[in-house]
Amino acid sequence: MSPSSRRPRTTAHDIERYAALFAQRTKVMKSSAMRDLMALTERDEVISLAGGLPDTSTFPADSYASLMGKVAAESCARALQYGPTEGLAAVKACVSDVMAAEGMTVEPDDVLVTTGGQQVIDLVCKTLLDPGDVVVCEAPTYPGAVPTFCAYQADVVQVTMDRDGMRVDELASVLDSLESSGRRPKFIYTVPNFHNPAGVTMSLERREELVRIAGERELLVLEDNPYGLLRYEGESLPTLRSLDEDFVIYASTFSKILSPGVRLGWTVAPAPVLAKMNIGKQASDLCSSSISQYFVGAYFASGPWEDYVRSLIEIYRLRRDVMLDALAEHFPREAVWTHPQGGLFIWATLPSYIDTTDLLARALQEHVAFVPGRAAFVDGRGGSSMRLNFSGVDEDSIREGVRRIGEVVREQVELYGTLTGQRPAPPAFGTAERHGRDASPGLVGTVAEAELAKVLPLSRKRAG
Amino acid sequence: MSLVAVLKGGRSLERQVSLKSGARVEDALSRLGHRVVAIDVGGDLIDRLSSVAPDVAFVALHGRDGEDGTVQELLEVMGIAYTGSRVSACIRAADKVLAKHAMLDHGIPTPEFFAFNETAFRTLGAGQALPAIERRLHFPIVVKPASQGSALGIKFARSAEDVPGALLSAFSYDRKVLLERYVAGRDLAVSVLADDAGGSGAAVALPVVEAVPTGEDFYDFEARYEIGRTRFECPAALDDAVASEAQRLALDAFRLLGCSGFARVDLMLDGETGELFVLEVNAIPGLTETSLLPQAADAAGIGFDELIARIVAAAGR
Repeated sequence: MSPSSRRPRTTAHDIERYAALFAQRTKVMKSSAMRDLMALTERDEVISLAGGLPDTSTFPADSYASLMGKVAAESCARALQYGPTEGLAAVKACVSDVMAAEGMTVEPDDVLVTTGGQQVIDLVCKTLLDPGDVVVCEAPTYPGAVPTFCAYQADVVQVTMDRDGMRVDELASVLDSLESSGRRPKFIYTVPNFHNPAGVTMSLERREELVRIAGERELLVLEDNPYGLLRYEGESLPTLRSLDEDFVIYASTFSKILSPGVRLGWTVAPAPVLAKMNIGKQASDLCSSSISQYFVGAYFASGPWEDYVRSLIEIYRLRRDVMLDALAEHFPREAVWTHPQGGLFIWATLPSYIDTTDLLARALQEHVAFVPGRAAFVDGRGGSSMRLNFSGVDEDSIREGVRRIGEVVREQVELYGTLTGQRPAPPAFGTAERHGRDASPGLVGTVAEAELAKVLPLSRKRAG
Repeated sequence: MSLVAVLKGGRSLERQVSLKSGARVEDALSRLGHRVVAIDVGGDLIDRLSSVAPDVAFVALHGRDGEDGTVQELLEVMGIAYTGSRVSACIRAADKVLAKHAMLDHGIPTPEFFAFNETAFRTLGAGQALPAIERRLHFPIVVKPASQGSALGIKFARSAEDVPGALLSAFSYDRKVLLERYVAGRDLAVSVLADDAGGSGAAVALPVVEAVPTGEDFYDFEARYEIGRTRFECPAALDDAVASEAQRLALDAFRLLGCSGFARVDLMLDGETGELFVLEVNAIPGLTETSLLPQAADAAGIGFDELIARIVAAAGR
């Protein structure tokens, strides 16, 4: 081969060639600016309140070693082998245990073990959606669901939330409005407990109303419940699945009660839906990791799994409280935030003139990071909000991280004052009571209140 | 063949883009027969350069530190030949305000603008001058940080009430920002490359690329680097006279700022008047698979490897 023939022709022609090969749906699989910024949050010197990471550092290494040793000694060949698509019987029994702890009775046959809870979202979309089909979700919604909805070219409609979760009254009018144009959503996606990113929990009344609407209109609800067992205060509420089994697809995960590294979640769904999802899963990955499933089985057999969850609850409750205190101390009075009763996230909303994507660039100079709110919307809303995670870093880092973010926010508030001739607002010391457990996204505060508290008009974004 | 250190990554907001550019450059250099060492630029840069002792450093960094003369200054100190523009040209090109003043002074058309640093607002009450600025520039006004290389932080203010928020966004990236008259029209880029004669330092303008946004009202940061979000036409469908004029302006701007090796000059073609305006000069344009310089080179019959070979040949001369 001559040297010249080894030099491939590149660039424009290649790009055109590849571009012609890409599926239509890749045109809506967007990411880059925020993804590039988010990549910077992973640098060592950055205090990242951006991740959604559980703290895996307290899981005892010797337990891990002995569990894996047990798997090797007792199930080596099977752990290294393919398994059934629906999951190992032992793991489905673990799922029954976990769901029983949340007040649900489930037969192992009703369970499909998945590769994380994320795969459930993907399988539901794969099973139910044709391009242009409507999905209803909360505003904001789980940022990780947005690319999945977009990849299936869903028409995503977001319904406003308040302190009691999704505005079910607004949902009803959204459904009416859709129906008047001859459309009905394929499913309603919701995170009722300790919402990611909003940090709020759906009230019992709304849960009952939601399943009533779903039943009446024969619509499926995808109930995503990864955090339900991580409650730091208040009484547990029944899951949607325990209120209605006919129209609820339930999704959960071992990620938050054991480890996200095992990449195991599950779904429980009406039998015909589950059968289709099973076929979809076969096409995706045949089965979830057998090694992980044997590990989970050994873990549940080794002692009460609830003990570790209780220890996590202690850790996370403290970190949540530290973050709430730090927010009260360091964020300016124009900011509002939620008071989560569990889960991993606080949602903070700044005055509408602050763009949190640009603020992240500024915050990264101070070596601190959060998730800009826009990631949780499909329609460009959320530009002044941010998601803060309190589970993944220690208390000192939370205090320092919030202090640094507060500093750059305050800097922007002051600068805005000089730009508009308004006096900068006084600092927010001693205003913690404004942000007590009654606080909710967009319902207290000044500018943010005007911006978010109104009922937003039906907002629709054709993802395709 | 030479030992080439490819400097990539770094701490700027364009780190990811730089990693992509750097990886492609490494591949090309290897194919060209060079020995290649990749350096992700960080606190150990001097140590790494000392121990590698390259014949040439290929600077594939974008944005702060990499494109603004900082890394170039260090390479000068260490006596290592490097690709692209010298320190002073990097400083001029990286600061849009400096570059635009230089262009105005030398008759290169650039959209009317006003620039301020934060102190002007904080201590001199520049906010009170905003209405006068708005009357001069007319809406929409483009608000951008002086130094950010990519489209990060660039905002359109469509009315007076958008201006303070847009300024805040721009100030998130830099202490100095500019408000610029928006030129509605076609978004053009002319890449300039050292000619292949060698030694003379002469440069040629490559065919004009036009960026046509697909469905977005602005050619934004995301579109710039993702396949399928922006359609590029190269050579752009322009009258010969317009294309030649764009190339002439690009070369003028390149020379005025003292650039060398390669650069990309961004222009707007006013949709109403047909006038051309130079927006900025990028001293180290992207070299990713979707970047404009490689596309323009390709249109001129210069493959990526040859492009990289020419940039290396021009290093340090």
